Amino acid sequence: MTTGHCTEMQLLIQADVDGELTPAEAARVATHLTTCAACAELQLQLLALTGRFRREAPYKPASDALRAAVLGRLAATAPAALPQDQEAPWLLRLRALIRPRLRMTAPFGAGFALAAGLILATGLPSRDDLAGTLVAGHIRALQPGHLLDVVSTDQHTVKPWFDGRLDFAPPVKDMKAAGFPLAGGRLDYVANRPVAALVYQRRQHVIDLFVWPENGAGGINPDMTDRNGYNLLRWNRNGMAFWAVSDISPQELAEFVRAWQGV
Amino acid sequence: MALSTRADFERLVLPHLDAAHNLARWLVRDATMAEDVVQDAAMRALTYYSSYRGGDVRAWLLRIVRNTAYDALSARKRTASANLGDQDLAGDGPALQVPDGADDPEMALNGCERSAELAAALAALPAELRECLVLRELEELSYKDIAHVTGVPVGTVMSRLWRARRALMRGRLEREQA
Repeated sequence: MTTGHCTEMQLLIQADVDGELTPAEAARVATHLTTCAACAELQLQLLALTGRFRREAPYKPASDALRAAVLGRLAATAPAALPQDQEAPWLLRLRALIRPRLRMTAPFGAGFALAAGLILATGLPSRDDLAGTLVAGHIRALQPGHLLDVVSTDQHTVKPWFDGRLDFAPPVKDMKAAGFPLAGGRLDYVANRPVAALVYQRRQHVIDLFVWPENGAGGINPDMTDRNGYNLLRWNRNGMAFWAVSDISPQELAEFVRAWQGV
Repeated sequence: MALSTRADFERLVLPHLDAAHNLARWLVRDATMAEDVVQDAAMRALTYYSSYRGGDVRAWLLRIVRNTAYDALSARKRTASANLGDQDLAGDGPALQVPDGADDPEMALNGCERSAELAAALAALPAELRECLVLRELEELSYKDIAHVTGVPVGTVMSRLWRARRALMRGRLEREQA
């Protein structure tokens, strides 16, 4: 597929596709790809293969029966099976870990229930930390039954739903063609005002796009930041502030924003 | 107190039951066996819970699932070998009884319809390549977490991923040229 001198580059290209490279390393790969057709072709093939996994994902989730069986066996375990003296150190350690600034270095993935519980236990981020507030809102919304106030993949249903609930009309777009289908919307309360939260899907991941009127705080060029393993991209356009929040990779979130701005 | 610990454990671990089953299913390639592995792994995880030292819960659980799956495979292989006398089952033998379509990923990609094609090609990969690819492409784990789950260095994860993907891409290429 590629020849001799590119052997090391193959692993680098793969690591780039997997989002494992630093920006500097990724730039080196990008430079090489402009001069080596074989490696450029390899990158396309790797991306195509990953794309197939995303689309055709032969994922095997646990059945309800299995879930019930596991719960049953756990319940049947005598409570005393857990050494009681080990609970306190564990909880203390966890609390110590997160107390300083809600710091969770580990990506908890679907363990958002735990994350949200911790946020409630330790207090919400300070008001000036808008990014932290938005991530907290995102995590809160991931609790069962909290994600959507209006469930619809149709932008012409979601947009009117906000009428009368907000003092502004948020732009609503379906981006299914770009791989980010609209799932619905909900109201949230951020920075002392009600805001619109548009909810998009990416595979098993959720992207929240928070929108509210705001003048001149930032430009149209997205600004990336992260909190507790979640990525945030913010920009301003037409007198509105936009914040996209998700646990998808920075690259994919940037793709989402490009698609949003381009639609 | 212990009850609340179990509640903590359930809140921490149960959200990752899908991931646990997905990995088990792809490792043992048998529906019933995979469910047994997940149940046993959950019980093991409960036992080891006090030794959990932070970090990614999912990776911690998947490491237990993986070890449980390989234990189950070798136990079944021992049983099968005993029952079949001196017949030697190569590799992860019992799983070969599962109708995967083909033992060779390239052959698998050349056959059947497109939606089943990727699954068949993945199932036909050698176990050490398959587990890396499942953890990366389906679970989206980082190289570091894959290394933790599989117990090999990150460099080995990278080369296994490369070999796995090359096998699938070659199969696809030949299919298109055919």
